Amino acid sequence: MALLWIEDVVKDFGGVRALDGVSLEVRERELLAVIGPNGAGKTTLLNGISGVYHPHRGRITLGGLDITHFPPHRVARLGVARTFQNIALFKGMTVLDNLMLGRHVRMRSGIFPSIAYWGLAQREEVRHRERVEEIIDFLKIQDIRKRVVGALPYGLQKRVELGRALALEPRLLLLDEPMTGMNQEEKEDMARFVLDVSEEWGVTVVLIEHDMGVVMDISDRVAVLDQGRKIAEGSPGEVRSDPAVIEAYLGAGKRRA
Amino acid sequence: MIHRECGVLKTSYAADMALYPVPLARWTVGAIAAAAFGVFPLLAGDYLLSIANLAAIAVVGAIGLNILTGYTGQISLGHGAFMSVGAYTAAILATRAGLPVWVCLPAGGAMAALVGMIVGSPSLRIKGLYLAIATLAGQFVIEWTINHVTWISGGVQASIYVPRPALGGLLIQSQREMYYFIMTVAALGVVAALNLFRTRAGRAFIAIRDHDVAAEIIGIHIFRYKLLAFAISSFYAGVTGVLYTYYLGIANYEQFTIVTSIDFLAMIIIGGLGSILGSIFGAVFLTLLPIVLRYVVEGIGGLFFTIPDVLNLITNVQLILFGALIVFFLVVEPEGLNKLWRNIKDYFRVWPFAY
Repeated sequence: MALLWIEDVVKDFGGVRALDGVSLEVRERELLAVIGPNGAGKTTLLNGISGVYHPHRGRITLGGLDITHFPPHRVARLGVARTFQNIALFKGMTVLDNLMLGRHVRMRSGIFPSIAYWGLAQREEVRHRERVEEIIDFLKIQDIRKRVVGALPYGLQKRVELGRALALEPRLLLLDEPMTGMNQEEKEDMARFVLDVSEEWGVTVVLIEHDMGVVMDISDRVAVLDQGRKIAEGSPGEVRSDPAVIEAYLGAGKRRA
Repeated sequence: MIHRECGVLKTSYAADMALYPVPLARWTVGAIAAAAFGVFPLLAGDYLLSIANLAAIAVVGAIGLNILTGYTGQISLGHGAFMSVGAYTAAILATRAGLPVWVCLPAGGAMAALVGMIVGSPSLRIKGLYLAIATLAGQFVIEWTINHVTWISGGVQASIYVPRPALGGLLIQSQREMYYFIMTVAALGVVAALNLFRTRAGRAFIAIRDHDVAAEIIGIHIFRYKLLAFAISSFYAGVTGVLYTYYLGIANYEQFTIVTSIDFLAMIIIGGLGSILGSIFGAVFLTLLPIVLRYVVEGIGGLFFTIPDVLNLITNVQLILFGALIVFFLVVEPEGLNKLWRNIKDYFRVWPFAY
């Protein structure tokens, strides 16, 4: 059963065709990796799903609902969370506040009860703080919960960003290169978190990653993009031996031979 | 205020999320409130009280602008105009409809909020300097409208005299009575703003300031929250205008020109952007500065010049020193008085042991 359908999506930037008729199906509870050389359109694809860009052609359906032209905040409300390639945290705020912001769509309080900080608004804040603390425990960031995010080291910021996405309690989690720039140990930690989220929490994950070792280890399926087209899709083993993939990555194909 | 977390065990999230989680800090805040409401008005004379009144009114306006500019990151040069909307709304309601102050005060705020939302609506498309220019246009349009539509301004002078406010049967007349009235409103404004920024909507404002794309991705309806920020900020501005009107007994547009807008920007920049305490510091500082400067210039100037010369000098020297001080603050501590205060606090937090 597919959670997300991407059908024949086309997106141009000026004269550049970033996505050229990509179709992809993301199944419920699977961990799908999207790989491809730089400029293949991976991030554009994520931006299309989360509503940052709207495709010129094609359709994106989430759980039977056409979200092709939804603005980002409506997509988020449907339970789609994501992280960014270059960390996009709220740098002036604490880790706690960043995670509480992740719960924005799960909270209801309007402005007037908030200003009085009384009754419903207060109870809601405390209740959601409890959920956020569970995520803090899960990611093992208890000791930095009151630190300002901008002052944290890179690896921890990446972890906090994952935490903010998890705080939304997503159905679909989009991770844009969560392990870039990390050392081996940090990568292993992050891979563990992603696996746990996928297997234990049952969240559907779409992962963009350049580290092939990680991709082949943790993903259920792999889709390969090259120059805006999907050139292969299948289990890690299948993809690895696919001649089109080897050509895209190594450039050892017939054209240049 | 200067307090230590050491030895404070919190056993629930509610306790950890309290406004002042440390008991000593609660005591300090309580003591300051008691001094402000109980001791100061009894000891201070009319002159001191009048300064305190002006400072307290400025605090409300500065918090309002900080909500929009400091917390939400939307620059506004129309704050003075929003004040005038509140001022004239209250003045018209008070004189022509004979409504009491407890109606006029929120009505002035609400009207300003409405106008603020209209002026703020370009913020959907533009930000930064471009938004500053758009709000500047708002400032001049509102100024012109009030000045030229006689139904609003009530005649050639563009000023409306308002009667002294009365709460119940109590006429608020003397500086002391005014002090209680204004301080109550200011205290409510401070508490409301403090609460705002530890809950959902306030966090959304800061998120928009820090990273608008990420804010949208996590589900914040950017435009709605920007408009909300404009509305709340302008509500504060409107209330500020109403307070000025009742305090001075007259609504006059000259009180709310572009210079006022810039003064309030100076307050929050000097006090600290994105800080309630900073707004208070900045407002008090900029209210006291001209007064203190006058004493200084009078005192020192008297040694070198004749009295008439000094009186001539004062206004100019004031302006020079005023500008110099602002530059000084921006260079020495760009994050404002609030940052200086935090540095002091951090130093004493672990004092006398450095670690």
